[in-house]
Amino acid sequence: MAHSTHEIPSTEERFEFKSETKRNLIIAALIGVAMVAIGSFLLSKGWSIGVWESHGAEHAGAGHEAAGGHAEHGGEHGATLFSRIIANIWMNSVYFIGISVVGAFFIAYNYVAKAGWSSSIKRVAEALPSFIIVPGTILIILMAIPSTRHIVMHWTHDGIMDPASEHYDKIIAGKAWYLNLPFYFVRLIAYVAVWYFGWTQLRKYSLLEDAEGGLENYYKSRSIAKLFLIFFAVTASTSAWDLSMVVDTHWFSTMFGWYHLASWHVAGLATIMLTILLLKDQGYLKIVNESHLHDLGKFIFGFSIFWTYVWFSQYLLIFYANLPEETIYFRERFTGFQGRYWWPFHISLLLNFFFPFLILLARNSKRRATFLKLGSVSVIIGHWFDFYQMHMPGIAKDQGGIGIIEWGTTLTFASLFIYFVANQLSKANLYPKNHPFLEESIHHDI
Amino acid sequence: MADSKYLVGVFDDGDELLHAVEDIRHQGVKIHEAYTPFAVHGLDRALGYSFPRMGVAAFLFGLTGTCCALLLTFWTMGVDWPINIGGKNFFPFPTNVPIMFELTVLLAAFGMSFTFFFMEDMGPTAKPIIFDVRSTDDKFVVAIDLAKNKLSEAEISKLLKESGASEVNVKEV
Repeated sequence: MAHSTHEIPSTEERFEFKSETKRNLIIAALIGVAMVAIGSFLLSKGWSIGVWESHGAEHAGAGHEAAGGHAEHGGEHGATLFSRIIANIWMNSVYFIGISVVGAFFIAYNYVAKAGWSSSIKRVAEALPSFIIVPGTILIILMAIPSTRHIVMHWTHDGIMDPASEHYDKIIAGKAWYLNLPFYFVRLIAYVAVWYFGWTQLRKYSLLEDAEGGLENYYKSRSIAKLFLIFFAVTASTSAWDLSMVVDTHWFSTMFGWYHLASWHVAGLATIMLTILLLKDQGYLKIVNESHLHDLGKFIFGFSIFWTYVWFSQYLLIFYANLPEETIYFRERFTGFQGRYWWPFHISLLLNFFFPFLILLARNSKRRATFLKLGSVSVIIGHWFDFYQMHMPGIAKDQGGIGIIEWGTTLTFASLFIYFVANQLSKANLYPKNHPFLEESIHHDI
Repeated sequence: MADSKYLVGVFDDGDELLHAVEDIRHQGVKIHEAYTPFAVHGLDRALGYSFPRMGVAAFLFGLTGTCCALLLTFWTMGVDWPINIGGKNFFPFPTNVPIMFELTVLLAAFGMSFTFFFMEDMGPTAKPIIFDVRSTDDKFVVAIDLAKNKLSEAEISKLLKESGASEVNVKEV
């Protein structure tokens, strides 16, 4: 008989987080910190190893030709090497808090949509948000210290909203009802705290479900998922303004919330995919088959196009309207600051759209680990460049570049991220073994 | 006009049909087609169908759309009747992207629909053969063209019965 009977793998699997891996990750994080120190030292001596970098003192004070709106404050807000380091920490925090929170977002919308297929990969997505707390704390600390806050947030300068002051800026003063420190801190702390709390609740009932079984925990998870989605729907936009758009304080775009969320979302999905593939390489997640990968691959493919769509919609409107206060944003990225942001801007387009589009277009490539790995890595690196070009022109200005400092900061963040995710993965069974839809997911076939 | 004679196996359950299809194909019976009220997972593989290359068609239709759109906007806006809009170039690339996008989607969708109707013989003049009308309700039906099989009617009928068919009918078209 040629019946297509297939073996059903066990739903009991436990990820082992080896102590040597732990040690290596911590060493990598420390190497990252050392790289930042070495890079800063070399730069201050005038040696540049990276690309598109300023050579220390040479360009000091020469970088304001593009930033028309900022010209009147030129002497006050010239960027320094320290700005570049702070810009890096801020940018990586925003990027990694996004990837982390997308894990909870993914679980939440899968609950609300009553999706069955994703239940076998749920624990991977569930592990990501444990990292929210690290970049979240860093963001709050950077905002709490006046000297770093002034580097990141132009609107926090003394007297900028005071008509009597020589630094008075009418446009920024008009935004005072939204951009004031007490309200900003309320929002920032609310994002970090509520996102993290939402995840702890989802996690709690997911683990209770493992222990107790039954449907009660599933229904509770669904209710939490609904509330989380409502909160995230609003905060995904407002956090995009607060964390990224506001570094170019004069400039605004109504598309920015979507653009930012799309960027976070597809980077988060690619991270989930890469984690699954790496776990599978090590012999875990036997239940996850080609069909799950195909579905998640379609997600990445679709949302990388969605990102492009939103990105382009924003670009096209600004291009067409041709208003100076809007086009300054792209001018800074094309020709501003000696053209140093031209390459990151275009690399982001290449890695986020053209490469994944071509490589993940065919059905078969969405079912093969090699192609999916290439696509995911491209999207993850590409969106790093996306966040780089969102923040650097506004914060690091003419001091920006890509060199040891950038690689070091990113290495530190990535190692800590992997550490947190792996640690969280090792704490529970790799499948939600009593999830009501797990059976459906095991037999997933498309 | 009894040109061809079909043997129609009727099953009560999708899984039974799936396994029956595997079994009788294993015995060397060629199956004309299977009809089910809803999609049975794995049936296409059991019937030995290769994966359709509709994606390739979609890509080519889409590419045609992109090129048509580019040609259209280039000719109308850039060559035949250039209009100065906001002091921009006569043929600025970003303004053409929405049109390229729309025409890509439009031609890919139309092209795929018409290709599907053409390939599956579902055009306006097509006359479908209904082997068993209950296959739109709660029965799972497999049709076997006797002329294309070496085995006799009785042998195939026996095989169908053995693999779980609740009834085996003969249909002449």
